[in-house]
Amino acid sequence: MIRRIIMAIVAAAVVALVSLFILSWRPAIAQIKQPNALNFSAESIAHGEVLAAEGHCASCHTRPGGQPFAGGYGLSTPFGIIYGTNITPDPNTGIGRWSLTAFTRAMREGVARDGSHLYPAFPYYAYTKLTDTDIGALYAYVMTRTAVNATVPANTVPFPLNLRFFEEGWKILFFRRGGYSADTSKSQEWNRGAYLAEALSDCTGCHTPRNPLGAEETKRAYAGALVEGWIAPALTQANPSPLPWTQEELFSYLRTGVSPLHGATDATMTQVIRGALALPIVPDSDVQAIALYFRDMERPGAAPSNTEAIATEALASSKLGSEQEYDPDANLYAAACMSCHYNAGPVPLNPRPELALISDLRLYEPTNFIQVVLRGVSTTDGAQGLMMPAYASSLTDSEVARLAAYLRRTRTNLPPWGDVEDKVAAIRRQLPKPK
Amino acid sequence: MVELNVNGHTVSVHSQPDAPLLWVIRDELGLTGTKFGCGVGMCGACTVHVEGRATRSCITPVGAVSGAKITTIEGLDPEGRHPLQTAWLELQVPQCGYCQSGMIMQAATLLKDYPNPTDQDINAAMAGSLCRCMTYVRIRRAIKLAAARMRGGTAHA
Repeated sequence: MIRRIIMAIVAAAVVALVSLFILSWRPAIAQIKQPNALNFSAESIAHGEVLAAEGHCASCHTRPGGQPFAGGYGLSTPFGIIYGTNITPDPNTGIGRWSLTAFTRAMREGVARDGSHLYPAFPYYAYTKLTDTDIGALYAYVMTRTAVNATVPANTVPFPLNLRFFEEGWKILFFRRGGYSADTSKSQEWNRGAYLAEALSDCTGCHTPRNPLGAEETKRAYAGALVEGWIAPALTQANPSPLPWTQEELFSYLRTGVSPLHGATDATMTQVIRGALALPIVPDSDVQAIALYFRDMERPGAAPSNTEAIATEALASSKLGSEQEYDPDANLYAAACMSCHYNAGPVPLNPRPELALISDLRLYEPTNFIQVVLRGVSTTDGAQGLMMPAYASSLTDSEVARLAAYLRRTRTNLPPWGDVEDKVAAIRRQLPKPK
Repeated sequence: MVELNVNGHTVSVHSQPDAPLLWVIRDELGLTGTKFGCGVGMCGACTVHVEGRATRSCITPVGAVSGAKITTIEGLDPEGRHPLQTAWLELQVPQCGYCQSGMIMQAATLLKDYPNPTDQDINAAMAGSLCRCMTYVRIRRAIKLAAARMRGGTAHA
């Protein structure tokens, strides 16, 4: 009897796998001869350039210091490292032989020209919402870039997850094709912001938690997630900032990487800002639209009336440590941090991120605080013109933990974090080793 | 190879990207006005400006400031007559003098942010800069003198 049941299960599994394999089949799309023989209008190319910036394509398709769009950036995922591909029009290593039909199918369905399935690390689940015009413009733009002959490293996704026909199963479970449908109860500007955020910039890609199969938990959209070792904060009402993200603050943050009441950007968000939304070709109106969309998500009602009191309280705490306090933690803070982070008021200055207001001390884990203290912020990271030294070589795990606990205690009303020293040690192990 | 702009000059340095900026400035570029104090970012003697902001160069890997504008005490003013420097001389601020270049660089950022600093602003922004000769009283006075001259537009008088 048991043998029969096992046989039945095995048979069912085989049937399922074979069916999936058959279902997953997609035809190859005929190669085109020469990309440079194609004629694109200057208008379409220019429009595509703006879209490629707003969609921050380069953040995955350009490796740091590498040639634009030649691929090679390694995205760390729970399944292994997935390398951004070469999307220059090189006929052999890029997408030079891809027709518009093939490009559109990749964007809308996540299938490469040769018929193989793409991993959802490439957010086709967002791009499926793009209009034909926008996909055509993106195609015009990438196909007119300099062709670079560059092969990217092999992904490290292990067997059997690297069998691409399994992606068909993922698509059956989690992927729905379809364009962006406007919310008619909202303004045109809001809908523009929603379209850019949802279809092009893929903000959910980092800010929405994922299930064990790597699909976004749509019911917890924008609830925040751990991305490449950093917490991408919630963009909903669960956002940890004590002061609301007004449209003005969001615009400033997205356009320049820093806003007075919410501090400066860092980590993966750097590319979304400095490599994308801060670029002069991106119109202010688009960044304003995205700002409006997220302002509405974070604080759908009117802003609380006590914002001034919160800011005053925060700035009062900024003075802690500047007197003779005989508190070793306050003294450590004064020696290491205060000369840059002190704010006299009445409002914090952009180059002095106010620790009582920014999200790092208010997240559920000290992850981002530890990351920024150990790594610092290089001039190519974070907001333009702002940098922070790296304290990895100067502070011990216990000192970083003391600073975290002291600041959490004095700058917020939140309960203390647990096991901070162990968490510092764990993040320190992930730092690049000195040569 | 890391490219920097130090005091207005573009330089390519051969140090490893993880070498502290301080070593590059002192040993490779020979600009010895910036001092080594504690080596762990806790005393301020090594303070320089990166993109116009005071930064502890002893814990800043040179690779982290690739392409950035660096200003050392030698480049703060082309003639060494920044209002802070003249106030420092006038009030005879230093005793041994070891901390003063870092002090002045830190104070320059303070005055950029707060042109009319209170005692508390000075205490807070200068707290990470140590003077073992205890000249703090004169440092504070010199910062206020420089601030007054800069506000009055007679900085170089």
